[in-house]
Amino acid sequence: MTNLERHSYDVVVIGAGGAGLRAAVEAREAGLRVAIICKSLFGKAHTVMAEGGAAASMGNVNDNDNWQVHFRDTMRGGKFLNHYRMAELHAKESPDRIWELEQWGALFDRTAEGKISQRNFGGHEYPRLAHVGDRTGLELIRTMQQRIVALQQKDGKTYASMESHLKVFPELTVTEIIKEDGKVAGVYGYWRETGAEVLFEAPAVIIATGGVGKTFKITSNSWEGTGDGHALALKAGANLVDMEFLQFHPTGMVWPPSVRGILVTESVRGEGGVLTNTNGERFMFKYIPDVFKDKYADNEEEADRWYTDQDNNRRPPELLPRDEVARAINTEVKAGRGTEHGGVFLDVSKRLTAEVIKKRLPSMWHQFYELAGVDITKEPMEVGPTCHYVMGGVEVEPDTAAAVGVPGLFAAGEVAGGMHGSNRLGGNSLSDLLVFGRRAGMGAAEYVKGAKAVAVSEASIKAAADRIEAPFTRSGGENSYSLHAELQEITHNLVGIIRTGSELKEAIEKIAEIRKRSANVSVAGGRKFNPGFHLAFDLDNMLLVAESTAKSAISREESRGGHTRDDFPQLDNKWRQINHIASFDGNVVSVRKQELPALPKELFDLFDVHELEKYMTPEEIAKGGAR
Amino acid sequence: MSGVFSPTRAKIKERTLRTDKWWLQPAITFGVLISFVIYATFRAFENKYYFSEPLVSPFYSPCLSTSCIEGSSPLGQPFNNEYFGIGISPALLILIFPLGFRMTCYYYRKAYYRAFWMSPPACAVAEPHTKYTGETRAPLILQNGHRWFFYFGLIFNVLLTYDAIIAFRDEEGHWGHMSVGTLVLLLNATLLWLYSLSCHTCRHTLGGRLKHFSKHPVRYKLWSWVSVLNHKHPTFAWISLFGVAFADIYVRNVASGAWTNFYFF
Amino acid sequence: MARKLKMRIWRGDADNGGLQDVTVEANEGEVVLDVIHRVQATQMGDLAVRWNCKAGKCGSCSMEINGKPRLACMTQVASYGDEETITVTPLRAFPVIKDLVTDVSFNYRKAMEIPSYEPPANLKPGEARMEQVDVERSQEFRKCIECFLCQDTCHVIRDHEENKKSFAGPRFFIRIAELDMHPLDTLKNRKQKAQEEHGLGMCNITKCCTEVCPEHIRITDNAIIPMKERVVDVKYDPLRWLGTKIRKREGIV
Ligand SMILES: Cc1cc2nc3c(=O)[nH]c(=O)nc-3n(C[C@H](O)[C@H](O)[C@H](O)COP(=O)(O)OP(=O)(O)OC[C@H]3O[C@@H](n4cnc5c(N)ncnc54)[C@H](O)[C@@H]3O)c2cc1C
Ligand code: SF4
Ligand code: SF4
Ligand code: FES
Ligand code: FES
Repeated sequence: MTNLERHSYDVVVIGAGGAGLRAAVEAREAGLRVAIICKSLFGKAHTVMAEGGAAASMGNVNDNDNWQVHFRDTMRGGKFLNHYRMAELHAKESPDRIWELEQWGALFDRTAEGKISQRNFGGHEYPRLAHVGDRTGLELIRTMQQRIVALQQKDGKTYASMESHLKVFPELTVTEIIKEDGKVAGVYGYWRETGAEVLFEAPAVIIATGGVGKTFKITSNSWEGTGDGHALALKAGANLVDMEFLQFHPTGMVWPPSVRGILVTESVRGEGGVLTNTNGERFMFKYIPDVFKDKYADNEEEADRWYTDQDNNRRPPELLPRDEVARAINTEVKAGRGTEHGGVFLDVSKRLTAEVIKKRLPSMWHQFYELAGVDITKEPMEVGPTCHYVMGGVEVEPDTAAAVGVPGLFAAGEVAGGMHGSNRLGGNSLSDLLVFGRRAGMGAAEYVKGAKAVAVSEASIKAAADRIEAPFTRSGGENSYSLHAELQEITHNLVGIIRTGSELKEAIEKIAEIRKRSANVSVAGGRKFNPGFHLAFDLDNMLLVAESTAKSAISREESRGGHTRDDFPQLDNKWRQINHIASFDGNVVSVRKQELPALPKELFDLFDVHELEKYMTPEEIAKGGAR
Repeated sequence: MSGVFSPTRAKIKERTLRTDKWWLQPAITFGVLISFVIYATFRAFENKYYFSEPLVSPFYSPCLSTSCIEGSSPLGQPFNNEYFGIGISPALLILIFPLGFRMTCYYYRKAYYRAFWMSPPACAVAEPHTKYTGETRAPLILQNGHRWFFYFGLIFNVLLTYDAIIAFRDEEGHWGHMSVGTLVLLLNATLLWLYSLSCHTCRHTLGGRLKHFSKHPVRYKLWSWVSVLNHKHPTFAWISLFGVAFADIYVRNVASGAWTNFYFF
Repeated sequence: MARKLKMRIWRGDADNGGLQDVTVEANEGEVVLDVIHRVQATQMGDLAVRWNCKAGKCGSCSMEINGKPRLACMTQVASYGDEETITVTPLRAFPVIKDLVTDVSFNYRKAMEIPSYEPPANLKPGEARMEQVDVERSQEFRKCIECFLCQDTCHVIRDHEENKKSFAGPRFFIRIAELDMHPLDTLKNRKQKAQEEHGLGMCNITKCCTEVCPEHIRITDNAIIPMKERVVDVKYDPLRWLGTKIRKREGIV
């Protein structure tokens, strides 16, 4: 193609969420020329929606906190399926990453001493989430965005143009990661605005594309959450680890239907929100699992006292990890104790004054008032589980974020797997983005030093271009909107919050069938800003994600974190040693088992052995951690 | 073709697609302000019926010219009423200040830019002008002098408060009495204070200019209070305008003998 | 309760376009973005519209609904009368790309012109101490979701294309105010630049930006007017100006 738009960079970052932007900053500061590509406008990525906060053991509110405690909480939350090294790096580096944001102009809420304030969140032993009201994600992304601008202004003083060394390409969808000779050589995509195609040549590519929520019917994610990065990585020969683990956030809005799934931040519970069923019963006390019995209050009096005296009381069960709360709500609703719209009640109005609610939870107040006509300072909210976060993702080397098996490919943020094990704690994602975004930037910079740029071949370009052209050459084929709706129905009903073997089998078959039909999607209209055309590509990615999830889920015969099997309802310590690795041969996704690396001794010893006994087999305990 | 009809913009021929009564607000503003201006001009040139012991009309206070009725000039009469052979109403000497204060007021600017200048007539309604430079050039750059009028405004508030206080006398000058006129002047002074204290310049001067509130707790408190008042600045702007007009109407009617000033005690 | 809703949707591009009538089903509790999506899925597969979060948090779905700049995801269908036709058009201050999507790159260019935050040179990470009362003013402005509705409605550029080069717009006036009020920012000449380079003086405080801001940021009262006053301090007030020369500092600590 002669008139193809071409660019060449040292590093291409796909994604302008927290992870992508942090990676870009790091790579630029290492002296590289960096392109940032994103599907929507700059500053609109999913990260903007994060509400509660970013977890980092700065110890500003309770000085007992430190990285070891944070590490333990993260491992417990993930039911010990986390990659220990990622959890360790994350716990150790998060405070620095938050302070760095402050250096770049972020304005977090303050403590009385003028430090960054921290709030309570499910699964975190101490108040740990740095926050700004309930719009922390916005603060994070705006700060990063402004940091990018600051770097561009600096470049503008040194070079002719502000954008010569760091440039954002908004509203551009990447459809392919191109490899030559087994190594990354660039990416291919199209401008959403015009439909015109673009080639980026670069020796290193960082995937930071976020989550997969749109694969499901009820989700807190935006249209961008279509698992593009997961699919791009699979197709480029990388692996996805533990795709069966999806986090259903316990509290999404359930009414009216048009807002179903929109997130109700966990801070509502952190600030004292209480869950009740239609009998007025505060039901969470019934659902405290054995492994958490000594950390959570089993009666209302103690739970209430905790809000004022955290050192001498156990925390309220509303603050259990998300998987537990989501399952509890699901059970209550199934047992007929839910509201007519299929949710339960969440109430802050009884504990906090209207003024405090509006100050601490301003956007929640706003959201319910404007969208549901509910004044949360007076009435309870109706909430139910919503698909929120994917723990599974690209298998990476923890220290460099390099994707296993593909030289030149890196992944960070929600798209990367391993860090959160079977269940992510609230607030751990925002800090994950910063910690591993930075590491991906460093990893790529290191890699680029030793790698020669590989030219992209004409054959690769043609293949990528043909794929984009395909839906326009067909006519009278399937409609991508309705296929998407069908897929969401399948995942919702068969691969949802509670799963069984037979349903998963059915799901796998049905997904395969939709995939066959999707090869026949045709698009009406031209290339210019055509959402039907855009969806045709997103659909392809979601299908690969759904297939990986269903296949990993059918193989894991236990219940753990974000994977609950009706036919195998127990946690099984033998399964704790197993990761699922999904890979793609161009036709089908296959899933194999891989042994989890053993916890090294110094991390093993951070835990009480009796606690570890709940998760590990006696043989593992006997070994006592790797040396 | 410029503005919303520029070649790159979406081709829509209407200057607005608003379906609500967007023209109502500017029309009311226009009507009220015009009426006030007409009345004030008439009164400024009328040059009588502004004093009736112990009441002085706010339009003529302080009466500074040699032609002033005796008793209405607490600050003396330093000005001759004849300049270049033309008799000048004493009101003209002082109306400049409140007029300047209100003309440069951030709120009134909004009101008359919209209602009189139609720049813009209402939000998302295309304005009729082809060129626009805002407040960057003379004469509008003078709007930046609002703070000077604010300071003068404070002096006038003190004087009008004084007028209200001396209205606690009867027609013979004995203290300890109160009439409807006292209430009218008192209300007028109060409203003017509220208007001035809620002024943006006031808010800025008391605390807004600080970078660290925490190092100036008293000024922070003042700023917080003024911020609450500032929220209602438009309301105070209107009712204090009515207050002044009404005080003048009241004094005029009493002075002309049309109304009697009722004494409570 | 579903009902039939009459809509007029602007379709077209920079060369051509006009309002098209459609009738679409609307259910209880739905927002305008929902019905636009239904039109897209059932009648106009290639109808271009921007959106992301559908919860008023990202500022993508800005458009004009019955002539008023609004977020489509936060505008209830029920807020219009049963018989009323809802007219949706793209933002009218920016070049149109297609249907409801406009080219908002103007705003990103302006963002690059605003001098960045400058922390004290010797401040180490983790050592910053700021009081809540000192950050609150700037925090209000950081609520901005960059929907650019304020920019769209501002007559300075909406009605005068030629002003775009010299006018940053309300979104960036709050950014400048945020930094000027930031307790740790050290850059000195923000006020002068606001007036001389970013066109603060073009604003005639007619407050349309405040009227449309979905985050209810009090743009005019809390950012623009205070900045105008600060500009007067350093540019048009001889007494203050003298004071700053003598004391060698600009703002007050
Ligand atoms: C409502 C909500 C609230 C949350 N609250 C919290 C919280 O309080 N604390 C917390 O820690 N976590 C929270 N999370 C989770 C957290 O926000 C996300 O996991 C995180 O923001 C993901 O960031 P990311 O950088 O990985 O990707 P994202 O922010 O999702 O960004 C992905 C980027 O990739 C781009 N992209 C995707 N595909 C392509 C493609 N094909 N081509 C080009 N570009 C592409 C997108 O345009 C986008 O810019 C919340 C999530 C949601 C949905
Ligand atoms: S107040 Fe100023 S910035 Fe805001 S819309 Fe009016 S002219 Fe524009
Ligand atoms: S200030 Fe308000 S209207 Fe303007 S871009 Fe920000 S959120 Fe939108
Ligand atoms: S009097 Fe209105 S702003 Fe000063
Ligand atoms: S879609 Fe995010 S603000 Fe409307």
